[in-house]
Amino acid sequence: MKIIILGAGQVGRTAAYHLSREEANDVTVIDVNDEILRDLQDRLDIRTVVGNASSPRILEAAGIASTDILVALTNSDEVNMLACHIAWTLYRTPKKIARVRSADYTERDRLFGENALSVDVWISPEQLVTEYVARLIRYPGALQVLDFADGRVRLVGIRARQGGPLVGEALKTLRAHVPSADARVAAIYRAGKSVKPDGETVIEDGDEVFFLAARDDIRTVMKELRREERPARRVVIAGGGNIGFRLASELEDKNQVKLIERDHRRARRVSELLNRTIVLHGDAADEELLVEENIDSTDVFAALTNSEEANILSAMLAKRLGARKVMALINKPSYAELIESGSIDVAISPQTVTIGSLLAHVRRGDVVRVHSLRRGAAEALEVVVHGDADSSKVIGRRIEDIVLPEGTTLGAVVRGEDVIIAHHDTTVQPDDHLILFLTDRRHIDAVEKLFQGSASFL
Amino acid sequence: MKDILLPVAHVFALVMMVFAATMLAPLIMAVWGLDPALSSFVISAVATFVLGALLWLATRRFKRELKTRDGLTLVALTWVALPAVAGFPLWHYLPINFTDAYFEAASGLTTTGGTVLSGLEFLPRSINLWRHLLSWLGGMGIIVLAVAILPMLGVGGMQIYRAEMPGPMKDSKLTPRIGQTAKLLWAVYAGLTATCIVSLKLTGMNWFDAVCHGFSALSLGGFSVYDASIGHFNSLAIEMVLTLFQILAALNFATHYLAWSQRGVRAYFRDAEAKAVLGVLVLSCIGVALFLFLKGTYPDFPTALRHATFNLVSIAVDGGLHTQDYSRWPIFAPMWMIFLSCIVASSGSTGGGIKMIRTLVLAKQAHREMNQLVHPNMVRPLKVGGTVIANRVVFAVLAFVFLYFMSIVTLIFLQLASGLDFMTSLSSILACINNAGPGLGLVGPGSNYGTLNNFQTWVCSAAMLLGRLEVFTILVLFTPTLWRK
Repeated sequence: MKIIILGAGQVGRTAAYHLSREEANDVTVIDVNDEILRDLQDRLDIRTVVGNASSPRILEAAGIASTDILVALTNSDEVNMLACHIAWTLYRTPKKIARVRSADYTERDRLFGENALSVDVWISPEQLVTEYVARLIRYPGALQVLDFADGRVRLVGIRARQGGPLVGEALKTLRAHVPSADARVAAIYRAGKSVKPDGETVIEDGDEVFFLAARDDIRTVMKELRREERPARRVVIAGGGNIGFRLASELEDKNQVKLIERDHRRARRVSELLNRTIVLHGDAADEELLVEENIDSTDVFAALTNSEEANILSAMLAKRLGARKVMALINKPSYAELIESGSIDVAISPQTVTIGSLLAHVRRGDVVRVHSLRRGAAEALEVVVHGDADSSKVIGRRIEDIVLPEGTTLGAVVRGEDVIIAHHDTTVQPDDHLILFLTDRRHIDAVEKLFQGSASFL
Repeated sequence: MKDILLPVAHVFALVMMVFAATMLAPLIMAVWGLDPALSSFVISAVATFVLGALLWLATRRFKRELKTRDGLTLVALTWVALPAVAGFPLWHYLPINFTDAYFEAASGLTTTGGTVLSGLEFLPRSINLWRHLLSWLGGMGIIVLAVAILPMLGVGGMQIYRAEMPGPMKDSKLTPRIGQTAKLLWAVYAGLTATCIVSLKLTGMNWFDAVCHGFSALSLGGFSVYDASIGHFNSLAIEMVLTLFQILAALNFATHYLAWSQRGVRAYFRDAEAKAVLGVLVLSCIGVALFLFLKGTYPDFPTALRHATFNLVSIAVDGGLHTQDYSRWPIFAPMWMIFLSCIVASSGSTGGGIKMIRTLVLAKQAHREMNQLVHPNMVRPLKVGGTVIANRVVFAVLAFVFLYFMSIVTLIFLQLASGLDFMTSLSSILACINNAGPGLGLVGPGSNYGTLNNFQTWVCSAAMLLGRLEVFTILVLFTPTLWRK
């Protein structure tokens, strides 16, 4: 796949990294800053072009004429939308993805409709991260909560702790433990290494367990893996930027939300837009302010400022002062690794959250959703199978008969409105959505081939 | 040091195994021609492959992705070690010592084309094919070839490519993937070589001579299968074909690819470097021909033009084929040719020297400095062919030229200290570091490098490697920071 990425900012660089890692992709990055590009080209096998992202001349130099996907990730919504529009008008680029942050644009569907702006998909990293954090707050105890099939199926990552009834027991007893709910353990990570889950696998204290379940069963299953935590009521958000503000407005109806913002003007602005949130002007790493605002009875402290160092420090401080669960927004993957073993409960990596929505578009076959996990080493995806028993390698077969590549688990099948947790005797039917978990992303090629069997059929 | 060397050795082992496969060509030639050198090639090919395989197995534990410094180390290591491997069959079969065998193989791989052997026409065909094949492989770069065919080199490929490809600005790629870029360059190279071989056959060579000289022309190697080089044929048609293809080989292969993909010659006119190369060559040919005619070296102007053109172009672009013993020409002419060999070849070509683009950058920089004296407040970027050259590149060019100059001076002093006369010292070092081939004096076209003693031959081998890898890649091996953890 030939891909052009516009903008070598944080998201652009991560996208270039993830996309160029796959043999089949030819990646070209355009940016105005030649220093960043040179550095990027030193580390990745990509081509770089220096120039203005929406200039047709520059796009031509980057080979837009034969490009399959244009991903516009510059800082400016306007440049992104314009570049996509130019790519379609002049070069008929098949797929155009733009980062559009401003809800002002994204709320108006007609803007991206027919005879309007030629943007096939818009993504808003801030929106994605906000939703991600909101889900984490909704399920206390979870490390990750990812949606499939419009949220009907969720993949939950959770650290197993002594006290959960299933901890210390073999996986096959799951059914007996929770007769009412059904779930499938997709992967287990023990001390950072993947353990292949089968019926005999015993869950140990400290394991990172990923399971798939229908939305309504999630809490029941989580209770088996660690003692149930009471739902989060009091939330403190550090940082009133795009993400902090969006999160506050999403949570303020059901939770008691406090938002700390250090810039006075921004604090004012945010307080005007929010209704029930208590907006505080101050420094999130100010011990007195935190104590004064009863940090010790806070359920969740989320540090979401632009500075990851500040996030780490304020989250650690909040934890020490008694916040039950602390989260920090962290860009650098190496930092995320460092702190999750420390006192911070959840590290949120905006790139990993965003990259999944890009990967869904470069996968062969009808892939509707991709989530990148464990800093890109693992991947969960939702694939639609098409065709019939003759044209496809999976349709009409029982799950036990499908030969999946190493480290791949078929966790769930979504058929119309129904969610079927995969068991060995489940038969795959045409137009099923299959949810797969790959512990090793390197086998993605084999997985794509398996499910692409009927691509010519489309 | 171990942490750097062993992972690199793991990749080098792969290169060795690929290299063993290239020995199959002379081996088949030897079988076909019932040639006495057969056993030498069988032993070499098997030994190289087995050594490579053993090294690969032994270093398997150290496999990891290559970093920037690994790329440099790999390229330098390969170029220093491969001549020993490549020289093995020569050493085994011919009555020469290891020093000479290393020199001969290094001369082939670096496309220098100076030889220690005489009586070339009496050598087995397999040996001659091997010498020319080495030139051809070294021309576009043995590691670039490895990048093209070994997908695992993709990640560190850019560093490797930069360490081996000549020229100051190597950040622009033809395609997003380095492996693909390497493949395209090799395809253009192979295509031009095939065209050259067929043209040589049509102008009267036999197939074997056509293949060997085709390899020599495109790689700008300079080896021939005759002691008299192209003078053996005494054919104007052959000389014209070789002149044309040597000029093509002295232009940037990326420009050839662009011209090919656009089906037109526009790309050449947009390449400021190519224009400069052609301009300098045309003016020099006419000037030197006129000079030779006026000095009475040749009785008429057309003859002078013919000999001046072939020999001057061949030396200036760092080829090394010749038809005349030009060392007997009045000294201005051969010195001018050797001077040109320092600057004429393009970046991204198979030629050596400091490359035309660096010459242009330096000239423009000098011009800018002078303008700055007149207009102290002037703001003017340095442009070559309408593209702005970053100051960073200008500094790199200055540093390169300084190191290049200092290398030449040091090596010349080594030759002088060993007792060589001035003309031979100067010309042997210049001819070797520019990968041109024959020099003047004792190493002139009428004679060869066989007259040098062991020490002098090693100095020449070092000069060739320094020149082929553009000084930095070799010298960086001697910087302590490379080896520090």
